[in-house]
Amino acid sequence: MKEKSTLETAQEVEVEVMRKFSVEEVFKETPDTYTLLLKPLDKKDYSFVPGQFNMLYAFGVGEVPISLSGDPDEKYLIAHTIRVVGAVTNALVNARKPKFIGLRGPFGNGWPLEKTKGKDVIIVAGGIGLAPLRPAIYYILKHRKEYGRFFFLYGARTPNDLLYKKELKEWKSRFDMDAFITVDAGDEKWTGNIGVVTTLFKHIKLDPNNTYAFVCGPEIMMKFTVLELRNQGLTDDKIYISMERNMKCGMGLCGRCQFGPYFVCKNGPIFSMDQINRFFGRREV
Amino acid sequence: MLSQQKLYFALDAEAFGNFIDVLKDLGYTVYGPAEKDGAIVFEILDSIKQMPRGLYDEQSPGRYRLTKKDNQRYFGYVVGPQSPKYVLYSPQHLLFKVRKDGRTFIPQPDGKKIAIIGLRPCDLKAIEILDNVLLKGPYKSNAYEAIRKDALFIAVNCVEPGNNCFCTSMNTGPFAQSGYDISITELLMNGSHVFILETMTNKGTEIVSRLKCRNATEEELNVVSKLMEDAKNKIRKKLDVENLKDDLYRNIEHPNWNEINNKCLACGNCTLVCPTCFCSSVFDSSSLSMDVAERWRVWDSCFSIDYSYIHGGSIRQSIMSRYRHWLMHKLATWVDQFGTFGCVGCGRCITWCPVGIDIVEEASKVRD
Repeated sequence: MKEKSTLETAQEVEVEVMRKFSVEEVFKETPDTYTLLLKPLDKKDYSFVPGQFNMLYAFGVGEVPISLSGDPDEKYLIAHTIRVVGAVTNALVNARKPKFIGLRGPFGNGWPLEKTKGKDVIIVAGGIGLAPLRPAIYYILKHRKEYGRFFFLYGARTPNDLLYKKELKEWKSRFDMDAFITVDAGDEKWTGNIGVVTTLFKHIKLDPNNTYAFVCGPEIMMKFTVLELRNQGLTDDKIYISMERNMKCGMGLCGRCQFGPYFVCKNGPIFSMDQINRFFGRREV
Repeated sequence: MLSQQKLYFALDAEAFGNFIDVLKDLGYTVYGPAEKDGAIVFEILDSIKQMPRGLYDEQSPGRYRLTKKDNQRYFGYVVGPQSPKYVLYSPQHLLFKVRKDGRTFIPQPDGKKIAIIGLRPCDLKAIEILDNVLLKGPYKSNAYEAIRKDALFIAVNCVEPGNNCFCTSMNTGPFAQSGYDISITELLMNGSHVFILETMTNKGTEIVSRLKCRNATEEELNVVSKLMEDAKNKIRKKLDVENLKDDLYRNIEHPNWNEINNKCLACGNCTLVCPTCFCSSVFDSSSLSMDVAERWRVWDSCFSIDYSYIHGGSIRQSIMSRYRHWLMHKLATWVDQFGTFGCVGCGRCITWCPVGIDIVEEASKVRD
């Protein structure tokens, strides 16, 4: 019997009840960003599809939505990449050995990895927006023959702000993907591209009828990336972006993540541009 | 018109107290209207004496006053600041307690059966709408389901709609069509004071059979029919809902939205009194010894700046954008999300707005 692919095994789980995980390892990625490897204390496996997120709970402090950033085939060591921006994220990464971290999830849809098989894929990430895309990169590289050409564009503010530096090096050296990296401002050691991520589009030529784009980053970065993709001839139904909004429940009940007619938690976080172009890029929607 | 197939019963007003007793005997916790701090609110009723007999509410934009009249109606008022969501979806609810070692306590429903007396037809519709949001998935609120599933609803038809009512536009009233167990029409005629009862469910029929009712007379039913027609005609406020969703979507950048910046205080009153507003936040805390932490779900309002906060700042900074989000949700995006409007035309948001902003007027200003 054919082994089930990662995408098919993502299970329906009881997400209202928090599962407890221990912190196995903490990697410092950048001065303010850490990757946490979490291990289920109940010893049960955990599965997700690339692009989904969890609600992580720090004891007594609160709960925040965090993208899954690890390999979807890894069922017992779950990676989250967290930028410290407030009380909860601070508690999550600094509690070096808390008794547990609470986890509810996975929530949301995923990147359209089935539907894009046989097509070219371009992944464009800005800053910590790379975190929810890394599982998709792992997946595509693991099933490399099932996809066409594979482009990867990544931009961060400075060389120090680049995530997953080892992997970036590896991806750049591969012959089966075209990876380009840029920073807004270099330092004395930086010899690579300078400029925002959209300046990398001059290096590539996409086949507009056969290419799907996955984009994640700050909203302003996504807005200009979408313009570049359209310039290269991609239609809105082939451009997928991952949205961010305030979330308290992850289950479509608290109402906070509304974006136009959508709940980012249950209808997203990944939307095709033709779903949301009426609202995307408008101020204060 | 009244249905020919239904049975209508008449209950003498003097015997209405018995209604509450019957419900209590059946194990219900009975919520019903009572006057408190100058407004009609839902309270747990032990006796009919708590009910606001002879009290009327005068409502206009930004204004609510109770007045006493000589006639002795129990349901002379229209709607108070509380909607049934106070009872069904508590303003604060403990989600869990957890100990430092991870042991978790999730409060279980107490199994209490509730009955609510005095739901207006618009409120019944609002409950139907909340059901769509909180029960139809993919996830549901267990706390809401636990209290909702055995709840008994006793509706009261509106014979004297208020100034801010626009239920006829939203097709939710003034007479109840569905969603109730028992409906009541209060009748004062020729010196007699009776309630005309009608049931929708077996539960309702069983309860009515325990009351000292007689069959309603033809004369009484004719009066009810007439009151029904009159009530419809008394509703002056109208919202044209044809193409409303598309009009609002098209006019999301209409310049008139900005006018609201000069009026709206972003106080959130409209969202608290709204019978369908369901948004919530959570509140985490821990004991002083840091051994036990709690998480509470609390009602939240899209008018607060925190509501749309993500790192770097709130998405909706201006008051205009928060008002626009609220109004668009009620009258446009809700339709795409749940298949109905998120507004039932009860008029509470107009009455309880401290500056009298009127959703019907505002919606019409941004349509052209």
